[in-house]
Amino acid sequence: MAITEENPGYKWVGTRPIRPDGLDKVTGKAQFGADLTLPGMLFGKVVRSPHAHARILSIDTSAAESMLGVKAVITGSDFPDLVANGAHPMAIDVSHNAIARDKVLYEGHVVAAVAATTRELAEAAAKAVEVSYEVLPHVLTVDEAMADNAPLLHEGMITKGVDPAPDQPSNIASRIVHERGDLEQGFGEAEVVVEREFTTKPVHQGYIEPHAAVADANSDGRANIWCSSQGHFQMRADTASVLGVSQGTLKVTAAEIGGGFGGKTVIYLEPIAVRLSQRAGRPVKLVMDRDEVFRATGPTSGTRIKVKMGVSNDGKLTAAEVWMAFEAGAYAGSPVGAAGMTVIAAYDIPHFLVEGYDVVCNKPRVAAYRAPGAPMAAFAVESVLDELARSIGMDPIDLRLANAAVEGTQASYGPKFPRIGFVETLEAIKEHPNYTAELGPNQGRGVAAGFWFNAGMNSSATVHINENGTATVVTGSPDIGGSRQSMALMAAEELGIPYESIKPVVADTETVGFTDVTGGSRVTLATGAAVVDACRIVIEDLRARAAKTWDVEVDQVEWVDGQAQHVDGSQPPLSLDALAAKSGRTGGPISANASLNARGVGAAFSTQVCDVEVDPETGVTRVVRYLTAQDAGRAISPDYVEGQMQGGVVQGIGWGLNEEYVHDQNGNMENPSFLDYRMPVASDLPMIECCIVEVPNPAHPYGVRGVGEVGIVPPMAALGNAIKDATGVRLTDLPMTPIKVLEALNEQSD
Amino acid sequence: MAQVHFSAGLREFTGGVSQVQVEASNVRRLVAALDDMFPGIGERLSEGSSVAIDGEILTDAEFESVPDQAEVHFLDILQGG
Amino acid sequence: MARTHITTVINGDEVDFLAEDSTSLLNALRDEVGLTGAKEGCGTGDCGACSILLDERVTCSCLVFAPEANGANILTVEGLADAGELHPLQQCFLEGAALQCGICTPGFLIAAKALLDKNPDPTETEIRYALAGNLCRCTGYDKIVRAVQEAAMQMREQ
Ligand code: FES
Ligand code: FES
Repeated sequence: MAITEENPGYKWVGTRPIRPDGLDKVTGKAQFGADLTLPGMLFGKVVRSPHAHARILSIDTSAAESMLGVKAVITGSDFPDLVANGAHPMAIDVSHNAIARDKVLYEGHVVAAVAATTRELAEAAAKAVEVSYEVLPHVLTVDEAMADNAPLLHEGMITKGVDPAPDQPSNIASRIVHERGDLEQGFGEAEVVVEREFTTKPVHQGYIEPHAAVADANSDGRANIWCSSQGHFQMRADTASVLGVSQGTLKVTAAEIGGGFGGKTVIYLEPIAVRLSQRAGRPVKLVMDRDEVFRATGPTSGTRIKVKMGVSNDGKLTAAEVWMAFEAGAYAGSPVGAAGMTVIAAYDIPHFLVEGYDVVCNKPRVAAYRAPGAPMAAFAVESVLDELARSIGMDPIDLRLANAAVEGTQASYGPKFPRIGFVETLEAIKEHPNYTAELGPNQGRGVAAGFWFNAGMNSSATVHINENGTATVVTGSPDIGGSRQSMALMAAEELGIPYESIKPVVADTETVGFTDVTGGSRVTLATGAAVVDACRIVIEDLRARAAKTWDVEVDQVEWVDGQAQHVDGSQPPLSLDALAAKSGRTGGPISANASLNARGVGAAFSTQVCDVEVDPETGVTRVVRYLTAQDAGRAISPDYVEGQMQGGVVQGIGWGLNEEYVHDQNGNMENPSFLDYRMPVASDLPMIECCIVEVPNPAHPYGVRGVGEVGIVPPMAALGNAIKDATGVRLTDLPMTPIKVLEALNEQSD
Repeated sequence: MAQVHFSAGLREFTGGVSQVQVEASNVRRLVAALDDMFPGIGERLSEGSSVAIDGEILTDAEFESVPDQAEVHFLDILQGG
Repeated sequence: MARTHITTVINGDEVDFLAEDSTSLLNALRDEVGLTGAKEGCGTGDCGACSILLDERVTCSCLVFAPEANGANILTVEGLADAGELHPLQQCFLEGAALQCGICTPGFLIAAKALLDKNPDPTETEIRYALAGNLCRCTGYDKIVRAVQEAAMQMREQ
């Protein structure tokens, strides 16, 4: 670890105990989304569009309904018309994405659903639903969607952010722009200017657990939902909106979640399962198969990005011009906004223009994927930085150091940065032996960096002190990668009791206060702050109870090492156990809630270096060494901070080398399986070495910044830069498959 | 007086002005004052933006106080993964 | 539809169940027997989340029809611990933080057990190839490989 401030004597924060939910997960007991079975439960199956773009002419459900054992069949007409109700445009999109009304906008779009007594029967009934379509011309990429006279997905889509507003609809939902200074002057001051164009394909979050939901609706209009999600409050809100009911009628319980990476922040199955359950009067389970996960959930955007940057001879960036277009899929809302804000934010550049377009096309509606928007943007800019460093003969880390944002730098998206740790991550890499390790034949080394905001948002926590002095810590944040451990570590630190005495729990929507999704790298920061607040309220209460017991003023009582101590030592200390055992006599049970809209979000930076070996015969790129340095602020739970860093890197390696959505001309996905959509496996990879940098976030009680996302930002450029170093060729189109590498090599030798 | 900066995207409401000085004790009052100056910008700001006050990014910060001399930026709300 | 009567030994116990001929062993284990430790990540043999030992061989239970398991001896993740005492692999996965979301963990434990049963002292490369049929999207495999190395060492020392 590279640490700027020593651990100030924490007993639990920063240690590596066994995670509280671990035992259930190594013994097969943990209940994930698809693991719940209720008495009388039916199996549901969704009917999906085979077309990328079509008008629904009619849906005939009679054959399916008449099958023995089929208990419910529903279509879009079973849901309220949010357009007629004047709902917010985003709510309409969520509803229409959950189940199509008059048009289907992508292959896999839901058009109907059935529930039956067995899985097999449900599948047969789904096949018996007859839908007739009028197939419409489709657009699959930003190029097609932005072309003149392109077929339109939404007839009323007028581009936002253009002044004056266009008078004709298009597939461009919005335009964003950031600019500062004078581009002409900036490029004029440059010694070298490099301009490149990059393309990336949609990639899927690739969580191993498919979406799953069980709904049990009662005849009084109430319903219980169990689902795998990154935020059950969000599921409740969106499901209620699609169903047209009050949120209070739905109770959502978060199952253990088998990965999400942003893709489980959105609803798919939940409203359908509830409606089927209402119609059938029985619980209904809906589970996607992998093919459905690929065709109808996730992915993140395919993009086209142009970058032009200038540098002076001494390595100062003088200007940057960026143009990008992001596929949003079927409805507005690609992460181009975040891409525009992050693309050059890590660097202090006096003159720039960043322009971005959110473009709809006939693919699934994109969902958030780890640092949404930033990885593609960084692929482009960090590749160009590598070219610039090469042209002026400067070490790539030194080039980044010469321009790195530091505290007080005016970020390209507006405000000045508070204390950040970018420089520290660059230095950590530069000083690491990997950076100077000898390279073998056909090997090359690439460096890249990344920035991500992290998020704050709303969280709630409750801390109960049990009668024996142990504590239950209740939050509303689904634990996707070990957050129960970090909650328990912070609570142990605050209360001064052993980590093992704390039981962290993720509660349902009726048992804990509102909590935003597990996303934006925010849980340890925001939910952690709520836990810390609740613990501090408990400690105040404990001090007051000790003061009452001793008949002294409360300011005579301190809370130290899990016990109340009199400041002058005149009383024998009162332990938490002792206070808890007698709580009835001092005012009743000891418990506290805290809810907050988190502040003090700390930006995250990661710098990575990778070594690859490129086989000149086959074009295969093998990663031989990988090192990532990331500023965690403070690593509450270092095991799981490393886990986030390593997981992010490997998703990035997949994105860089293998993964892509492949569509045929009809807009049908050609590779909707793990066989053909190839994610990295153990034998593709070396160990992923981690260097946790700790530049504490001054605004958080433990210095936390958030670690979940930024790790996926640099890998694609790091790989591209390493391939360039190994072979001399620059790849600008992801993924950098063997065929593309070979083609580039052949072109080079021509 | 707080110094309010407009991103390029917001300048369509300000007729190209990139910064103004505004006297307001909290964010809600600041947005109201801006809307008086640049009609329409208030709705845009309260609909979908975060605010950064002296570098700290906040969402739903209507009642956040705005210190004298503060540097204020409005940003698009971000989605995390 | 006709259902077949299937007799097996699962995790040391004799277990009988009924299943349709087209039902996968995975679905039969999960729906009929109530053992939900094995997971369906793909249903096509590409992720390993459904891994079990079928007569001591690592098998994707999503690719086996339930009736094919008649007479077989099956080990699932639920049978890995011995009377509450964790298998060294389970212990090392816990101590080495070799799981994040944990959906892939049952499959990895089974595949790793099969490896160590045959090869008590595998190299890192052998471990990586033995686990190449199991997908994990969370960990990047680093801590999984290290946990298997550690378990192998502990088992050799025992
Ligand atoms: S579910 Fe059997 S291999 Fe994926
Ligand atoms: S721990 Fe989540 S897939 Fe492996």
